[in-house]
Amino acid sequence: MRDELRDLYQEVILDHGRSPRNFRSLPNATCLAHGNNPICGDMLVVYLDLDKAGRIADVAFQGQGCAISMASASMMTEVLKGKTLGEANKLFECFHDMCTRADFDPAKANGCDVDAMERLSMLSGVREFPIRVKCATLAWHTMQAAVKGEQEASTEGAP
Amino acid sequence: MNQKSSAVKIASGDNSTAAFDVERIRADFPILKQKVYGHPLVYLDNGASAQKPRAVIDAMSRAYETYYSNVHRGVHWTSQRSTEAFEASRGKVARFLNAASDNEIVFARGATEAINLVAAAWGRNNLNAGEEVVISHMEHHSNIVPWQMLRQEKGIVLKVVPIDDDGNFLLDEYRKMLGPRTRLVAVTHVSNALGTVVPVAEVIRLAHAKGALVLLDGCQAVPHMAVDVQALGVDFYVFSGHKLYGPTGIGVLWGREDLLNAMPPYQGGGDMISSVTFAKTTFKKAPHRFEAGTPAIVEAIGLGAAVDYVQAIGFDAISAHEHGVLQYATGKLSGVEGLRIIGTARDKAAIVSFVVDGIHAHDLGTIVDRAGVAVRVGHHCAQPVMERFGVAATARASFGLYNTRAEVDALTDALDEARRFFGR
Repeated sequence: MRDELRDLYQEVILDHGRSPRNFRSLPNATCLAHGNNPICGDMLVVYLDLDKAGRIADVAFQGQGCAISMASASMMTEVLKGKTLGEANKLFECFHDMCTRADFDPAKANGCDVDAMERLSMLSGVREFPIRVKCATLAWHTMQAAVKGEQEASTEGAP
Repeated sequence: MNQKSSAVKIASGDNSTAAFDVERIRADFPILKQKVYGHPLVYLDNGASAQKPRAVIDAMSRAYETYYSNVHRGVHWTSQRSTEAFEASRGKVARFLNAASDNEIVFARGATEAINLVAAAWGRNNLNAGEEVVISHMEHHSNIVPWQMLRQEKGIVLKVVPIDDDGNFLLDEYRKMLGPRTRLVAVTHVSNALGTVVPVAEVIRLAHAKGALVLLDGCQAVPHMAVDVQALGVDFYVFSGHKLYGPTGIGVLWGREDLLNAMPPYQGGGDMISSVTFAKTTFKKAPHRFEAGTPAIVEAIGLGAAVDYVQAIGFDAISAHEHGVLQYATGKLSGVEGLRIIGTARDKAAIVSFVVDGIHAHDLGTIVDRAGVAVRVGHHCAQPVMERFGVAATARASFGLYNTRAEVDALTDALDEARRFFGR
């Protein structure tokens, strides 16, 4: 099998894609948003519970999509728990860079959570598949939309 | 199970009949020599857009290199030559559809613009609140949205003919929908997502019996079968050039001449007027009435070359070859474990949509791409079809006249690889 594909569809990704973590709704979510990738029909909902200090106490998602978008959403919910909104945004920034820039190095990126990035690095193979970057970032765009109080996020118009 | 066993019996080497040498056809298409990720390009996305034969590429280059100019304007040599070639293409398209007159061929950007033209110029002036336009459940978005926009503007009613689980157009349901308020039936000739060939002769007969007009979206029909608009007795017929081995940016609205001339212009500008004063402008007759501004000149010339190309081969040979490939592909794909074909209508053009258990279409698309196989994945601009079959997306192999059974094998091999990859 071709190496780039092996990098993209690592066993961890396939596992998250098959059995996504935190795949549920949060009935009393502080905020939620619908994410939509109109080109491929991926659709998901991201739920966030924020505590009084503004930390992400719980985060979950539901929806359907390709292995990459499901795995990315699943892994996102794992790394976001316990983060402040500022940390979550910073993490998205780093993750986005990782997905799009070949020279990305989390150790050198200012303020990146290195442990979280280590886990998310499983998705870095998407760099070789530019058309699939929006699959990997859909859940993150949706998380940001939820935090901003927007109802919907779409990968169209967003990188 | 019968399908599976019959698939095995079809030899994969046999691509040619006496009348049709697929290897010679393939040699006409320069891009088919291309390698993708080290593999020969296997182009199975003809439903989205077809590749171009050398004859089309050369006709366009020759126009730019030897006689290009604007049309219908200059007295100079290049403008006369360009006008002649542009209008000659109109004539070729007219003969291609067996139109009664060249004046019935309106050049548009594509089928989408052609449908919008009919919705705006005919629909806006002929349809009133409460009157009905009938479409089907398997329309491309381009034959849904213009009518919804008109509904918003005029209060017309949109009715949708259902399809069955195989993707057959339900004629009985359609018949019941037609009534005194039906003004237009706008349906696809061949479904882009399912491959279904709609029984258009019957659709037209029933519509006309109720006094309604019929528009057919022929995008997925004209590459695969001969179309005779007079024999069909249809009122409007549209298609895009780029799916017929021609260039992008050019498409066709065919309309009955009396209908076209009774329609007001679509856009205003140069080239569509007889005279302009600030007090009053008079418009040319069809087709020029609907071709405001400088048209896609060289693209029209390219489309003319594409029409010449397919007609020289002939649709008897093209249809026979493509049906052979379709039958082979249907059998081979049915043999892939966990694969379900979406769209199993009785009468189909060479399009196979499918899903594979546990592997999203988008992932399938990426994996087969690395084997050099180009298929479309997604909703195919036909989301109501996806919803009807309860899937978010399908993969679609859509075949053209240059595709072979060996290419079907390349697809199924790549799908087997995807299944191993996903542990299915």
